[in-house]
This record gives sequence, C-alpha cells and structure tokens, in this order.
Amino acid sequence: MQRHFDRDIDELKHLLLQMGAMVEDAMERSIRALLERDTALANEVIARDDEIDRMEIVIDQKTIELIAIMQPTASDLRFVATIMKITPELERIADLAQDVCERAIELNREPMLKPVSDLPRLAHDAQSMVRDALDAFVRSDAALARRVIAQDDNVDSLTESSFRNLLTYMLEDARNISSAIRLTFVGKYFERMADGATNICEMVVYLVEGKMIKHTAHAAAADE
Amino acid sequence: MITLVLEPEQKAAMPPVATQANDDPKISVRDFDFFYGSAKVLHGISLDIQARKVTALIGPSGCGKSTFIRSINRMNDIIPDARGKGTILIDGKDVYGGDTDVVELRRRVGMVFQKSNPFPKSIYDNVAYGLRIGGLRNKRQLDEIIERSLTRAALWHEVKDRLHASALALSGGQQQRLCIARALAVDPEILLMDEPASALDPIATSKIEELIYELKESYTIVIVTHNMQQAARVSDRTAFFMLGRLVEEGDKNAIFTNPKEKMTEDYVTGRFG
Repeated sequence: MQRHFDRDIDELKHLLLQMGAMVEDAMERSIRALLERDTALANEVIARDDEIDRMEIVIDQKTIELIAIMQPTASDLRFVATIMKITPELERIADLAQDVCERAIELNREPMLKPVSDLPRLAHDAQSMVRDALDAFVRSDAALARRVIAQDDNVDSLTESSFRNLLTYMLEDARNISSAIRLTFVGKYFERMADGATNICEMVVYLVEGKMIKHTAHAAAADE
Repeated sequence: MITLVLEPEQKAAMPPVATQANDDPKISVRDFDFFYGSAKVLHGISLDIQARKVTALIGPSGCGKSTFIRSINRMNDIIPDARGKGTILIDGKDVYGGDTDVVELRRRVGMVFQKSNPFPKSIYDNVAYGLRIGGLRNKRQLDEIIERSLTRAALWHEVKDRLHASALALSGGQQQRLCIARALAVDPEILLMDEPASALDPIATSKIEELIYELKESYTIVIVTHNMQQAARVSDRTAFFMLGRLVEEGDKNAIFTNPKEKMTEDYVTGRFG
C-alpha cells in the first residue's frame, strides 16, 4: 500500500541527496582549488557554503515535522533518525571543504612548497569515501557502507604519512614552516571528512539492519 | 462468525514464534488453539507473559487478540460452541484444568472492557460489588478498600464527595477508571484490558495510560489495543497477532524500532493492507 508517508520520505531523501550533491561538489572544488592553487575557485566554494547551511535547516525542519505528524516506527523511524544524523555530518564536511579553501587561499600567498605526495591521494580517498557513503545511503547498501568504514584506517595512515612528510620539510628549512603547518591542517580536514563518511555509513548500517555499530565500527566491518 | 483462510505462502511466512525464555512467567501459554464452532481462530499460540509487566497485544481487527485475552480468564466459556485446546498456565496451574474454580479465576484475573460498563448503582456500590459477593460486610473494611481502590484507579479525588451518586453520571473516562477500581477492589493479580481507552478522548486516554504505568508495579497487565502509539507508550513487551497467529513477541523497543518479521514491520509502519 502506497502511504502518504512514503511521499514524505521520498521528498526528504531527495532533499538530502541534493544537499549531498552540493557537499560533494564543494569537496571536489576545494581539492582543485588546493592542488591548482586557484584562489578564485576557493572563494566560490566559501561563498556557496551558506546554501548548504540553509539546506541543513530545511531538512531538519521537515524531519521534525514528520516526527510530530507521522510518529514513525520501525524502518520509517530508522530512516528519519538516519536523516537526522547524516545531515549534520554533511554540513560538517562542507564546512571542512570551506576550511580547505581558506588554507588554500593562504597558501597561495606563500611560495609553493615541494609536493606532498600523500596529500592528493588523501584528498581523493576522502572524497570517494563521501561519495560511496552517499551511494550506500541511496541504495540502502549496508555491504557498501561496511566497505567504506573499512577504508577509514587507510585514510588515517595517509594523514599520518603526509604529516611526517611535512615535518621533514619543516626540519629541512624553517621558511617552510608556515606552509607546512597549513598543509598539516588540510590533511586533518580531509581525515575528518573521511570520519564524516564513516559516521554516515554507520547510520546506513543502522538504517538497513537496525544495528548500532558506532564505536565498534572496525570490529563490525571486519565481521563481514 | 470469524473465518480464516490462510494461503500456503502466508503460512510459510508465519514461522512459529519462540518467545523469550523466562525464569518465572506469570502466564505461560503453550500451543493454544481456539475454536468458535468449527472455525479455528487461534493457531498454536505459545507465549510467556511476565509478572508485573505490561504486555500489549496488537494486530488488525479479527486477528484473535481479544479472543486470546478472553481465554486467559475463561471469559469465552460463556460463548456457545467456543472451546480452547492447549494450555494456559497461571503460576504454573492450568486455567483449563478440571479443578479450576472459574469464579476464583476471574477474581484473580480482572478484566476491563472497551466500553465502560458500570452497574446502574452508586459509585460506592460499584466498587463494593465484588467484595460483597465475596462475603465482606464490614462497613469500615469496605470503606477502606473502596478508598484504596479508587485511589489506585486515580479517581478518588474526583468522586470522594459523591460516593453515593450514580456511577452513570460520571464522564466516560471516569466510568472507565471506576471499572478499573471495581476490578482492583477484589485484589486481582492480573488485569486484562481489552481496548480500555479506545472510546475515550485524548485526556481521559492519557489518564488511563498513566494509570497503567503505575499499576504495573503491583499487577501483571495484558492490554489489547488498536492504537500502536499507545502500545509503544504503555507496554514493556509487545505481541503482534495476525490471522489467529502470534507473529512476533518481544521487547517493545525492538518491535517498534527493528522488528524481526516483515509482517510486523508492515503492520507497525502502517503499510499493511
């Protein structure tokens, strides 16, 4: 039986995907702004962050209304709870993309540092984790969600190795310190975006299976 | 007459429900069938009901939940051609055993119905009714028990100044609480409630729900309700019935957030039908 509620759920899902697309776009542009030293592009990303913030508020309001009016249960309730947990994760990822752009603008005012080999990989891995996390949500694919969660360790080790790389540059020449510190921050931002993707995926597992794997994510992923 | 036609795939989709093992269930039901004439309306119900907990029975109309609840205190005995098969134990003793005193059984297992049914007597006499049948005549004792029962039913403060007024002058919600007081007066161990709030307005409903919450400290409560949110609010455990079968029973949080059976999921989310 098609319920009125199903249309509400579809609408909410559609809004979340719209927000997800905007966040992915912000992430993609922030990486390009950083790697191509494109200040204009970085400024564009920063300017568009307000739209994402507004989207978060719209989704929050609709979700709260849906709880008040429909009193969802079972998988409906898990869906609504998942939306409420995913939305702030997406908003935070967008904020981090904005932070990347701010550091990129600052870096562009300084002489270019030698390439940090792991940083572009870190950025792209974090980006693909966010993309896959959203796909896992759209397709209610718990297996994909678990695979994304399993990638988080890899991102953590890339963050660590790019930090060591940057530390070497700082030790080599004190004039590198300013840029290297900014790039260390950037590495941390991407690591946090990957954490956001992991949190989204934990909620996808909850949505599909009703299991809370938060804080046991690695063990749960390894179980599969 | 209730008729049941189960398609083979529906039968296949209804695995026997294993209820949670319980050290000391107040009510223990095993392989219980029920028939109205030749129509089988309950199919092999096995369920443990825990002491001093609220168990809610949910399910669509005609699913057998009212028949089931009425089997516990043998209310169905008064229906011609109705018979049960299987066992219902209360504290380990078979309700359908030959030596069961049905009057005593119904004293121990009180019942509240959908439509409040006070006797056309005073408030006082309504609550005193069962006690007087039991032979209690002492005015002071009667007064005490009546005050205690009305207090437990959260009605005392509203009626204490008009105990000898007609019960029929009370509002619907007050009448229902009076029926609860009447059931409590004879000191039952189990309270069966068959949609006790379905005819009441939201305020009277919430009073009954609050009352259920308090009463479970002292009584084992089994409630039939069509209101899913009510089952979620008042129960500790919830059992979902469909087409005369127990589909799933479990902790209410599990039933309302992550039911095991698809049929339960479809029912609690309103997809059913």
